[in-house]
Amino acid sequence: MTTSGRLAMLALADARFPGGGHVHSGGLEEATHRGVVTRPEELREFLFGRLHGTGELAAVFAAAATHSAAGGAGRQYWLRFDAELDARTPSPAQRDASRAQGRGTARAGRVAWPSSALDELLAATARPHHATVLGVLLGGSGNGTPRDAAAVAAYLALSGSASAAVRLLGLDPFAANAAVTELGPELDRVAERAADTVGDDPADLPAPSAPALDLLAEAHQRHHREEVRLFAS
Amino acid sequence: MRAEHDHGHNHPVNFDPTVAEPDPFEPASAGDRPLRIGLGGPVGSGKTALTAALCRTLGAEIELGVVTNDIYTTEDADFLIKAGVLDADRIEAVQTGACPHTAIRDDITANLDAVERLQQRHPGVRLVLVESGGDNLTAVFSRGLADAQVFVVDVAGGDKVPRKGGPGVTTADLLVINKIDLAERVGADMEVMLSDAHRMRGELPVIAQSLTDTPRAPEVAAWVRQRLAAGAPAR
Ligand SMILES: Nc1nc2c(ncn2[C@@H]2O[C@H](COP(=O)(O)OP(=O)(O)OP(=O)(O)O)[C@@H](O)[C@H]2O)c(=O)[nH]1
Ligand SMILES: [Mg+2]
Repeated sequence: MTTSGRLAMLALADARFPGGGHVHSGGLEEATHRGVVTRPEELREFLFGRLHGTGELAAVFAAAATHSAAGGAGRQYWLRFDAELDARTPSPAQRDASRAQGRGTARAGRVAWPSSALDELLAATARPHHATVLGVLLGGSGNGTPRDAAAVAAYLALSGSASAAVRLLGLDPFAANAAVTELGPELDRVAERAADTVGDDPADLPAPSAPALDLLAEAHQRHHREEVRLFAS
Repeated sequence: MRAEHDHGHNHPVNFDPTVAEPDPFEPASAGDRPLRIGLGGPVGSGKTALTAALCRTLGAEIELGVVTNDIYTTEDADFLIKAGVLDADRIEAVQTGACPHTAIRDDITANLDAVERLQQRHPGVRLVLVESGGDNLTAVFSRGLADAQVFVVDVAGGDKVPRKGGPGVTTADLLVINKIDLAERVGADMEVMLSDAHRMRGELPVIAQSLTDTPRAPEVAAWVRQRLAAGAPAR
């Protein structure tokens, strides 16, 4: 991995990256309202589900996007890629949350790592999915590998929810942080598996899912209309 | 302490928080997009009341929109709609993930998205007022979001607030000391407040007002008109 690749990877995974991630809890806010997550042990369980549902899907598509961006994929490819990720994200609320973060990450990433690959993607869709943008930034001038992209995407699926748990429940931040880092070996395996699928046609990429997270995302949006939620997802 | 420059001389840099200097950075904005003015300040100081007053006064002169960053509710947006100063579709509410200062300063994504949605619905909008969630004295708007910012404090918070300083009081383009009609009741010395404010802010303007006595906020509206006339500088 080149030096710039490592820095791009770290910057994209940093909670301070200004791509709009801090307003998304990944279903954690809804889970706290239902009393499903109240303690660090439950947060750990929740994060395990995040990693193998949303996280793994994001890892697969981020890795594939890195590979395709480096290979000079064009508009038609990105449209198909986008549709395939949509098809694997059954909750409209989650699709919207992913596109909102994709757009925010592209806005910030365009300044940090401009590339023709990113322009090509944004010409195909102005609001790409989050995982796609992460992959294209790293596959473009971010100089990262598919595995880096997969790891960043999987990590962000955890860190956002963990940070939301601290803000919503006042959880001990050390415990919340440890709940994330304990998943390290698990996250490595997810990233490795994701990197193994690059080069497959988008239609043939894996489709991991977590129906409970889909339902939480939908419930979150419904409740926001009634009693207001702090987070956008 | 001195800051190095590449044009051959140094500028003094002062880290004394009581010494005010205008923000040294060029505001970033484009000629063809609306001017974005941020309204920040502590909880309950009168940001929404001022936003409503500005909508009332300037609404007839110019097309405007409002973005609210309420912490927990849609109170601010609801108030503006009920007050009848703005159509509901000219107001966008942002969810701040329990961190209102992050949403206006460190990561402005959600606010920029909200401004874009307003512009898409109303391509003619020329002024967007962004009200921050009620926050602390250090919460200021990023220059990437606000072309100019107003910091609103009130006399009820005590006459010590201006001399406490913080970036809101010292660097905002305009400091508004609100609710002066209450000064006597809360034992706030207006002379102290104003002289502290001027001492902390140097050349930067300060307006003391009461929205109860002057519900159309004429002085602040005049300041906004000046900003509009100066235009949104090209990015
Ligand atoms: N007496 C008096 N009351 C005022 C004045 N301006 C605002 N208020 C009142 O102060 C209260 C708070 O005003 P808001 O405009 O909601 O304050 P805010 O800064 O938007 O509050 P948050 O959004 O909750 O941080 C309301 O009850 C207003 O009617 C004023 O000049 N004088
Ligand atoms: Mg308000």
